[in-house]
Amino acid sequence: MISINVDMDKCQHYGQCVFEAPDIFKLNDNDKLEFVATADDSRRSDVESAVDVCPMQAISIVE
Amino acid sequence: MSKSVVIVGASMGGLRAAEALRNNGFAGRITMIGEEAHLPYNRPPLSKEVLAKEVTHEAVAFKLRAQVEDVTWHLGDSATSVDLDKKVVTTASGKSFEYDGLVIASGLRPRVLDLPNGKISGRHTVRTLDDAIGLRAELVPGAKVVVAGAGFIGCEVAATARGLGCEVTNVAIDPYPMIRPLGEQLAAELQRRHESHGVKFKLNHGISDLTGTEKISGVVLDSGEVIQADVLVEAISSHCNVEWLSETNLDISNGVLADAALRAVTTDGKSVDGVYVVGDLARFANPLFDNEPRRIEHWNIPTETGKRVGSVLSAYLADAENFAELVATPFMPLPSFWSDQYDMKIQGFGMPGLADRYELVAGELSDELVMGYFRGEILIGVVGIGMTSEVMKYRKELVS
Repeated sequence: MISINVDMDKCQHYGQCVFEAPDIFKLNDNDKLEFVATADDSRRSDVESAVDVCPMQAISIVE
Repeated sequence: MSKSVVIVGASMGGLRAAEALRNNGFAGRITMIGEEAHLPYNRPPLSKEVLAKEVTHEAVAFKLRAQVEDVTWHLGDSATSVDLDKKVVTTASGKSFEYDGLVIASGLRPRVLDLPNGKISGRHTVRTLDDAIGLRAELVPGAKVVVAGAGFIGCEVAATARGLGCEVTNVAIDPYPMIRPLGEQLAAELQRRHESHGVKFKLNHGISDLTGTEKISGVVLDSGEVIQADVLVEAISSHCNVEWLSETNLDISNGVLADAALRAVTTDGKSVDGVYVVGDLARFANPLFDNEPRRIEHWNIPTETGKRVGSVLSAYLADAENFAELVATPFMPLPSFWSDQYDMKIQGFGMPGLADRYELVAGELSDELVMGYFRGEILIGVVGIGMTSEVMKYRKELVS
């Protein structure tokens, strides 16, 4: 399993991560980010892509 | 003997290319040559948080993933030439690096004004972390700041400086701030919002000189008007860092021309095997829009091009069976950009600057909004202020 962290002080809810890993990140009805904090190892590549596209660089994989 | 890759440019694009080489199975040596002393870091905060707070390199540095732990960093030195036949890069310090694969990721540097009384202190650019830290020291409350250039970076610096209590005048040759990507209607509205925050604009004006002896005291406009200034921030445009390629036969007329696989292309139109282009320098055609090769200076492009290059170059170096297939796969990244100014969250996708018309597709011009950009009947760009979910609906349309 991998652990995912989003620094909510940095996150501006741009939602770019949603396109990379929609099973893990989503914008709720108020356009605020929600995410699943753990994922299977097989999701690492897509989560890394989400890390890469985040304009605020708010997402990290906790090793 | 195992193969080696040299990446010229140790910023985001170079880093993403190195990661992608490893992710695609390349196990040989990777050497990153970077002009700055710093390991790769994220540049967008330079015109915002880094100016406003005591931000360190650590706070903006990209995390170095396990895949790239064994990369050799050669920092504080710059490539000065390359011999594409012998496959050797030479640096300013006189070192040479042989390669089997070369990644050109040397990026841009800011263009600065050539002024008669230009050799005085108080002039700044915001391309590097050290630039931003140097500027931060001068952005004290009450400081008179002139920002040259009304693109996104100039407008972000203006907004940040206002937030710090500086007096800010933005001087630009354009008729409205950010007009080229956004079009007149939205650009005029953003000017109004900047003015409501106290930024003064001198538009349709160039800068012809500076006043002051050792330190700047004023900026002379082409009309003759002098604006008092303690600080001049130059955010006008960029030069491509391609001088080290000048003795090659690569097409470096505007960045570095690249084919769909992002291989560098010569002046007679031939793709060079083993030589690839990443980031702001890469001039490539994007079939999402048309066949015209363009450089795209948006933040997601270094990542998109770095990943593409890592995938194709690793297959090339491994003589992989799927190399031809990878080369033939269309490359059509969706340009994306964003900008934080005051409490505005501006987000855009596509190439709105290519549009022949635009229309407000959601929201209100004076509030949160979504602007759609069209070429003929086809949506080619979308820009939102807030309204993320609405923007995302149009983003989906852009890639469908």
